[in-house]
Amino acid sequence: MNDNTKIRETIKNNISTNKHLFDKAMPIFFSVMASISIITTIGILLTLVIDASKFFAAVPLSEILSTRLAPLNANPSFGMLPLITGTIFTTIIAILVAAPIGLSAAIYLSQFATDKVRRILKPIIEVLAGIPTIVYGFFAYSFVTPLLMRLIPGLGAKNVLSAGIVMGVMIIPLITSVSEDAMNSVPTIIKEGAYGLGSTKLEVALKIVIPGAISGIVASIVLGVSRAIGETMIVTIASGSSKNFTLDITQSMQTMTGYIVEFTSGDAASGTTGYYSLYAVGLLLFIFTLGMNMIAQYIARKYREEY
Amino acid sequence: MNNKYMLELAQNKKEKNKEFTLKVDQKRTIRRIKLNKVLQFIFSLSLGFALLVLIVLLYRVFKDSIGWLNLNFLTGRLSIFPHKAGIYSVIIGSVYLTLIVIPITLILGVSTAIYLEEYAAKGRLKSIINTNISNLASVPSVIFGLLGLTVFSRMLNLGSSILAGGLTLSLLVLPIVVVASQEAIKAVPNNLREASLAIGATKWTTIKNIVLPVSLPGILTGSILAISRAIGETAPLVALGVPTLILTTPSSIFDDFTALPIQIYYWTLDTVLTPEYANLAAATIVVLLTVLIVMNSAAIIIRNKFEKKL
Repeated sequence: MNDNTKIRETIKNNISTNKHLFDKAMPIFFSVMASISIITTIGILLTLVIDASKFFAAVPLSEILSTRLAPLNANPSFGMLPLITGTIFTTIIAILVAAPIGLSAAIYLSQFATDKVRRILKPIIEVLAGIPTIVYGFFAYSFVTPLLMRLIPGLGAKNVLSAGIVMGVMIIPLITSVSEDAMNSVPTIIKEGAYGLGSTKLEVALKIVIPGAISGIVASIVLGVSRAIGETMIVTIASGSSKNFTLDITQSMQTMTGYIVEFTSGDAASGTTGYYSLYAVGLLLFIFTLGMNMIAQYIARKYREEY
Repeated sequence: MNNKYMLELAQNKKEKNKEFTLKVDQKRTIRRIKLNKVLQFIFSLSLGFALLVLIVLLYRVFKDSIGWLNLNFLTGRLSIFPHKAGIYSVIIGSVYLTLIVIPITLILGVSTAIYLEEYAAKGRLKSIINTNISNLASVPSVIFGLLGLTVFSRMLNLGSSILAGGLTLSLLVLPIVVVASQEAIKAVPNNLREASLAIGATKWTTIKNIVLPVSLPGILTGSILAISRAIGETAPLVALGVPTLILTTPSSIFDDFTALPIQIYYWTLDTVLTPEYANLAAATIVVLLTVLIVMNSAAIIIRNKFEKKL
């Protein structure tokens, strides 16, 4: 009886204390806040497209596709090929490092490691993921490059190789965690079926888990490529700012991200073609990374094994 | 377990052969087991490599900072002379940035998550916002720098001030807070909400008194991770055009500034001319990593402490 009156009182209180104002205002407030994320995307697109279009209007396509990049020259030229080759080379090297190591780690963690070992080893990967890229950049420049110089004579103080390798290390955690999630989502019942037939762990990993998780694995590598294309500080510090068109990975090449950093922190005056070229490069970068991410999402959804 | 059994099977083949109608190829089985062991070892090398890199990286940084990281370094002013340089103003710059990023990302991120999980009807708008957030998370940070340069620095005329940097970083880490808060809110059991609604509470009261308190640990963990990302982020700040050498300590959010990662960047770039700058960069990295370790440990402690409650 006593309890009942208490509950009735609570209900009465809740209804009578007029909170209608908040109940009407809060959803509006929240939806306005939620729209900020969309405004941000629109803002990024507008910023890039508006200023990039000024660049594309001022510079002929034949020049953009040329190999001569000299934005601050008295006779400036905006060939984007040196930046694109720089980006492609650092990305390829990074993926060559990150994919085998990241996938091995994922296979080991999901298939071979006992729970206890996992609990000790997993944090290593997580700590690698938490280190700021500027620290990797310092590491590449002050440790990896001098180390490689001893092995490869003629290696430049700034070079693509060292930047790519360290960027690969930075991407390992991404590939490991995404592909390990995919591997763990392969149902235990199928794995146990294979064990029951006498398979070794390796056979289960190669013939059951990897085929079952292939969409996630491919997606993780595509995400890795996207991260490598967009990574800035490691390449800016370790790969330098040479705008020469070269295919030699022991030398310095500037990437698209490196170009943006060099010119915004420098003194590209607003309104010049050089200033607008930043946004053109930014737009290119945005399209590349967004494209990669959409491909990754598409692969993960389309080719996922449904259990 | 499985392997042991198979090895036994292979070794005891002779005795057991009579009972088994199934023929076991002993050599092949042993080969399979060996291959399993060899590849297990090779796979484990990948983690060994990761550990090795981590140890070498930390060792190098700490070794380079020895003798340079001291009280004078932490409380002194920036200087072009390596032996006089201190990072007091750099630390203050990072603190200011963090103080801007925390309220903005928390309010924006948690509100967005509440809207998506509690108010938005399942449908077009919700899926657009969700896709948009996952795409924003993948935009390279330097692009956010271009956005900040155009909108905050030039259009709003904030220049390369702390406020411009803080706003840019807030937008950059927003997706992390949104996703973490969404997960935390999703994990609140529905019967708690229903119980609250059943005794006459309105939706907002339910969110305020039930949903938010229960999901707070998850939200906090995600926010701490987002903020530590913001503290270590360099590219967007450099893209804003933060000046190379600032000798004054910022006193308001409209002042020019430098922050820990930016200072590491400039000192690393200038090691060609002044080798001692490498030591200064290393010492600054130690400070930065210490801050990040403390923050991440806090996140882990919060996660572990509240994980068991529900």
